[in-house]
Amino acid sequence: MLAVALLVFREVMEAALIVSVVCAATRGVGRRGRYVIAGMAIGITGALLVAMGASLISRMASGSGQEVFNAGVLLSAVLMIGWHVVWMSKHGSDLAQRMNAVGRGVKAGSSSLALLLVVVAIAVLREGSEIVLFLYGMALGGVGAVGLAGGLALGIGGGALLGLALYFGLLRIPMKHFFKVTNWMLVLLASGLASTAARYLVQSNLLSAWGTQVWDTSWLLSNGSLAGRTLGILIGYDASPTGVQLAFYATTLLLLVAGMQRLSGARPARASGAHLPPVDSASGSSR
Amino acid sequence: MRSLFMAAAAALTSLLAATASASGLMPQYTIVIKDHAYQPAELTVPAGTKFKLIVRNEDATPEEFESTDFNREKIVLPNSSITVYIGPLRAGSYGFFGDFHQATAQGRLIVK
Repeated sequence: MLAVALLVFREVMEAALIVSVVCAATRGVGRRGRYVIAGMAIGITGALLVAMGASLISRMASGSGQEVFNAGVLLSAVLMIGWHVVWMSKHGSDLAQRMNAVGRGVKAGSSSLALLLVVVAIAVLREGSEIVLFLYGMALGGVGAVGLAGGLALGIGGGALLGLALYFGLLRIPMKHFFKVTNWMLVLLASGLASTAARYLVQSNLLSAWGTQVWDTSWLLSNGSLAGRTLGILIGYDASPTGVQLAFYATTLLLLVAGMQRLSGARPARASGAHLPPVDSASGSSR
Repeated sequence: MRSLFMAAAAALTSLLAATASASGLMPQYTIVIKDHAYQPAELTVPAGTKFKLIVRNEDATPEEFESTDFNREKIVLPNSSITVYIGPLRAGSYGFFGDFHQATAQGRLIVK
């Protein structure tokens, strides 16, 4: 049961960290709970399908199917986060002002809902499909139903607690800086996901490494440690990255920062505190 | 913004296209998973050389070949094989494991 709990915990934790950041970044969006639950349901369904189709995926792309699939899924999440971050740079301060003034859910931009649905689904799908394959193996290996269910419950509970701790920690950030912080967290998260996508493509020789082990800080913080894994998800930490991973990381970072700057530079002068901008300005279609 | 993404996509495509796979000349090694353990559990490979590693799973249960030392992870389904490309690595000792059976599936790459 302990072995089951430990593996499940590690996988759930990785998904939970991403879900927490995304949930914090969409704070104040009305009815977002539904989108998070829908994203999780899609993710779990997807995880079952991916696990059942694992053999098919593995054989695709002359044996590189797993890597191509993972890289594709990760890069989709990067695009989704990128869209949201750039949109938020235009509307984030309005959103923060109105949340202070009204104190209830505001009309969401389409990018917020898409972010919740797609990124939550992807995070759950990726980690969930591994859990499904693992549990299937454990069941074949003779681990009983009690051990499986107990381990699953412990692992999911532990991972979810960690995610909740991060979420409620983030909520303590003052509203004035809140979306600035969550936006930067999303930028670093997306850059890390892009770097991981590159790592998969290098693993299957579809991409040149541009130098392996550009540096090695595993003596300080190894990729396998809990802190290393956590930072790996949150900011894309890698103890010994390849050159092309750094290139993917830097490119994503620069593109998103450039997108944020351009739009926030074009924003009209901020409304004074006494005046509330019309609610409709939060709709994402204006871009 | 759209043009920025387009540029990134174009750069990515050219990067992918530019990658020539010269796998024909690459050293190749095979390890086997049996009874949730790696055979051999220790593999010696040359430093500074990219190589191809084939992992064959002879168990009836799935395994995940994984290393946080040299950054690889790939599911190996029952009675099937996977290929991963590793390195070039600096001389040293690098652990790998089976993520689904960590108690027994432990191995080491000796790079010299």
